[in-house]
Amino acid sequence: MNLYAVKAIYKHEMDRTWRTLAQSIVSPVLSTSLYFIVFGSAIGSRMSDIDGIAYAAFLVPGLLMLSLLTQSVSNASFGIYFPRFLGTIFEILSAPVSTMEIVLGYVGAAASKSLLVGAIILVTSAFFVDLQIMHPVLMLTFLVLTSLTFSMLGFIIGIWADNFEKLQIVPLLIITPLTFLGGSFYSISMLPEFWQKVTLFNPVVYLVSGFRWSFYEVSDVNLWVCIGMTVFFLLVCIAGIYWIFKTGYRLKN
Amino acid sequence: MSAIISIKNLSKTYEGGFQALKDINLDINKGEIIALLGPNGAGKTTLISAICGIVTPTAGTITVGGYDIQKDYRAARSLIGLVPQEMLIETFESVTGVMEFSRGLFGKGKDPAHVEKVLKSLSLWDKRNNKLMTLSGGMKRRVLIGKALAHEPDILFLDEPTAGVDVELRKEMWNTIRDLKQAGVTVILTTHYIEEAEEMADRIGVIDHGEIILVEEKKSLMQKLGEKNLKLHLKEKINSIPESLANYNLQLNADGMELLYSYDVQQEDTGITALLDHIEEAGIQYRDLETKQSSLEEIFVNLVKKQ
Repeated sequence: MNLYAVKAIYKHEMDRTWRTLAQSIVSPVLSTSLYFIVFGSAIGSRMSDIDGIAYAAFLVPGLLMLSLLTQSVSNASFGIYFPRFLGTIFEILSAPVSTMEIVLGYVGAAASKSLLVGAIILVTSAFFVDLQIMHPVLMLTFLVLTSLTFSMLGFIIGIWADNFEKLQIVPLLIITPLTFLGGSFYSISMLPEFWQKVTLFNPVVYLVSGFRWSFYEVSDVNLWVCIGMTVFFLLVCIAGIYWIFKTGYRLKN
Repeated sequence: MSAIISIKNLSKTYEGGFQALKDINLDINKGEIIALLGPNGAGKTTLISAICGIVTPTAGTITVGGYDIQKDYRAARSLIGLVPQEMLIETFESVTGVMEFSRGLFGKGKDPAHVEKVLKSLSLWDKRNNKLMTLSGGMKRRVLIGKALAHEPDILFLDEPTAGVDVELRKEMWNTIRDLKQAGVTVILTTHYIEEAEEMADRIGVIDHGEIILVEEKKSLMQKLGEKNLKLHLKEKINSIPESLANYNLQLNADGMELLYSYDVQQEDTGITALLDHIEEAGIQYRDLETKQSSLEEIFVNLVKKQ
């Protein structure tokens, strides 16, 4: 295995994070803090508890997941799209590097960045709410699996996109609405019965529910279903990436 | 001489049906500089891309250092450094940053001494901490060469390395390439500048419409296909070539002051001595004479025209 190559790609990507600190780290932390202030402290103080949890505290897993999903997708999609856009991808394609090593470098860096942002947001939330994490290992597992899965999805988007607009379409028009409608800000039991069933087609529901269970032992969907769906999404993304490199889709002529 | 790259029956047809390479067979010898000449769209870059793993061949096999580029891609690619035709570079990075990145991609750890040596040989050492966006076009092109050399390759592909580079810098680059050859690196060069191929290459390959028209030692190519001209600068103007000189197919220039004689350098008797005797007998006096070998450019243009 070419570990030097994995390290080189990983370092190259992380260096960009430090170069663009305001955009990479400060901006998501600021916007999430604003959510806490507006929805948690201002509006949340007038809302009743959900499943026995104060609304502001109920928001924490959902907001973390919202940030994790959008950050993972945008970090990874930009990471691989940028060298394609510049043409510098030629160097990676002509280097003695396997598919797995390329993915490890790019996805590993994107997942690391979103985990870093997630950790900062978690610490920030402690300033706004009375935070409790009942199952920290499970919470960490969900964080890692979700950031890896959505970084892989971002990687696929970065290869699929052939312009900057397409690069933004999936995060803005698909990921963000799915996250908002996936129970990040409410329990799906608050929806009419019909919409509760429709919502189950939204993959983010399982991520948010499982993640929230690790905090408060409260979940809209059975925990094992949530874990199963999270692993399933991971496998789907791995299969997608395998197919891309097998066929050379959008990478090789 | 042993072949370090061996290409057998290589073809490439793109999705749209365009056949960029047609049954290419080529051996590239270890330690040589081979120049690939051809007009735009001839297939030079596709050939390089296929060898480097950027383009997937439709048919045929390529071995590099005895390793198949598909089955043993790691071993094969480790031997190769590629300088692309276009200025493909990440402008926000520093010079040493991109060098270390390239080295890492090719499975090598940090080696500041080697990076220093390469940067000094390319006159980039002073700029080692500069962001690439602050460098001139010529410097960026040298950074691309530096990146390709960062992992100490045995084979270097230079796809139009001096395009858009000023004359002085071009000559500096030629020296760098000569030094690489001295160090045992095999260099494959594509270029539009025939002068560059003439100056640098040991062998010349001509590609047109996806086919290799010829591959030949530069010297023998120029001898075989080149002709030599003898030009006589006359003392006095003549209006026509005398009948006694008709056998020599001489050409008289427009002002009647120059006579041109073309001859085959490979023939034992070039006919020059007899011609000069006959010119004297015809009462024509000349004040100077010069001979000129046809350039590689003229040979190349003739070859491509014939296709």
